[in-house]
Amino acid sequence: MVKPIQSLDQSSIDRAEFLKIENLRKAYRRPEGSEFVVLDGIDLAIAENEFISVIGHSGCGKSTLLKIVAGLEKATSGTVQIEGREIRKPGADRMMVFQQYSLLPWLTVRENIRLAVDEVLKDASVQQKKRIVNEHLNMVNLIPAADKYPDEISGGMKQRVGIARALATRPKMLLMDEPFGALDALTRGMLQEQVLRIWESQRQAVMMITHDVDEAIFMSDRIVLMTNGPAARIGEIMTIPFKHPRDRHQLRETSEYYELRKLRAEFSGATFRS
Amino acid sequence: MFERLKRRNHFGGEPFRDRNESGEYLSTLARQLTSSALEEDCKSQHFECPGLDSLFGWYEFDLRLNSWDTKRMVQLNIAPIAAAQATWKRVSPVLVRDTILLPLLGLAGILLLWWFVATFGSQLLPTPIEALQANLDYILHPFYRRGPGDFGLGWLLLASLRRVLIGFGLGAFVAIPLGFLIGMSRQAMLALNPIIQIFRPVSPLAWLPIALSIFNLADPSAIFVIFITSLWPTIINTALGVSSVSQDYLDVARVLEMPRWRRITKIIWPASLPYIFTGLRISLGIAWLVIVAVEMLTGGVGIGFFVWDEWSRLNLSSVMLAVLVIGVTGLVLDFAIGQIQRLVTRRPVKSV
Repeated sequence: MVKPIQSLDQSSIDRAEFLKIENLRKAYRRPEGSEFVVLDGIDLAIAENEFISVIGHSGCGKSTLLKIVAGLEKATSGTVQIEGREIRKPGADRMMVFQQYSLLPWLTVRENIRLAVDEVLKDASVQQKKRIVNEHLNMVNLIPAADKYPDEISGGMKQRVGIARALATRPKMLLMDEPFGALDALTRGMLQEQVLRIWESQRQAVMMITHDVDEAIFMSDRIVLMTNGPAARIGEIMTIPFKHPRDRHQLRETSEYYELRKLRAEFSGATFRS
Repeated sequence: MFERLKRRNHFGGEPFRDRNESGEYLSTLARQLTSSALEEDCKSQHFECPGLDSLFGWYEFDLRLNSWDTKRMVQLNIAPIAAAQATWKRVSPVLVRDTILLPLLGLAGILLLWWFVATFGSQLLPTPIEALQANLDYILHPFYRRGPGDFGLGWLLLASLRRVLIGFGLGAFVAIPLGFLIGMSRQAMLALNPIIQIFRPVSPLAWLPIALSIFNLADPSAIFVIFITSLWPTIINTALGVSSVSQDYLDVARVLEMPRWRRITKIIWPASLPYIFTGLRISLGIAWLVIVAVEMLTGGVGIGFFVWDEWSRLNLSSVMLAVLVIGVTGLVLDFAIGQIQRLVTRRPVKSV
């Protein structure tokens, strides 16, 4: 039943190169003076509505790549452009979902989201802000837990708050750093579907770091495979030919799915944890 | 544990390098300071000090794990012991035994010891029963006034509390902003660190002659000494709290493009509040220790002078009562500040 999606609309270069990473290199200086190269020669373009996953082994620098895109770290050389403008510092156009949730423990769920809305949507009226917060609480099914504190809710709920907080600021791009990595398998699966539904209903550029192949295949349009560090490069970019909205079980009944997984395994040269 | 704290600080790596360096420095500074503080406390009270590291371990334990958790904070000193016991013997909690019988047993033990010493060891010391009889008037009429200088224990206690709270309040008023400054700025840290290093180990009582020479009056001098006493733990803990705000929270602030001032009020201030309260608790505890000694030297109305006065009259029964009252008041003060912490940090108390 699943057909390959059409190749990206090439008529508009701008749209296909919403985010453009060119010849990016990141190196740290060791205390004794030598350089430790984390990322080397990274070239990548992400389209406006595209969901991209970045996969690689631990320590290959995929989180560093995301942090550079977020503006939390600076590249040693090379450029990252978003809509043609170079990224030098963090900005509200790229909102981050952190692996460890990074909720502020002294604020309730609602207040955590409200804080982000207050900071980013400064021109909105109080009524509008309230409405936006409620909308996003509702989107991730957190209305009943809205007035709880982060230490009173489960990990899955915390990450839903993190996602709601990021989306509530209406970013042009969503950056997710192993968003489901700290969750148990059941919660992870549910949350993957929830996030995918939200994304399918309001598409935007997403860059997700993960080390879960199934997660990447299920959710993304393209998968960027990183080689092992140090000096990690982009090894291969796989296009996932499944149409949205996706159904996990249908996906697994297709032969393409297993070919993709096999390709991935060949690339890494080892059986991959999934 | 500080290693872990540091590593958490360095989680983000590159950004805030300047601050992280000072943060790292501060945590080692705090470590030195706190361990020497404990050492001093032990020395001044003529205790043996075995394994200071483990003592310091408790301190960190409380600092990190219980900072939000007021209920356990009240048990600041016994919590680690209880935890250690739990590891070798898992007892099912029997409410009556744990909350009534065992504490009573401890109390009975100390009374027995007192009785023993009073009967066989000391001519002056009354037995518990004798002390109770002699103190009945004090206990039943805490707020009497019978002529100049002859006040009930309640009045004396209030006079001492007033000095402590004024001095402590002034101290907090100065120490929290200073600590904040030190935590935020490496320059401020380098400028103020020598002062803190030199003055912090000085017994607060050494400030009394200086204060007397400035104020010429006993009461403001006593308050000044309490003020000085309250400074150091609050400064150090505030600075530590500010410099060790989790990089995760700071990343959130950066992603949201928070301006500097809002970053301070919305992220750094609330994130370091538990540390600030730890500092305040330690400050208030030491202030309450010191006021008794200060009043012994300055005289006037107060629970400390009462102890000395009654000793001059060889009235040990009153001394024993005063010791009990001072202890219970200290406990209440600590509990009160824990409640304030809960209120201010707006965090529910977890059940232990």
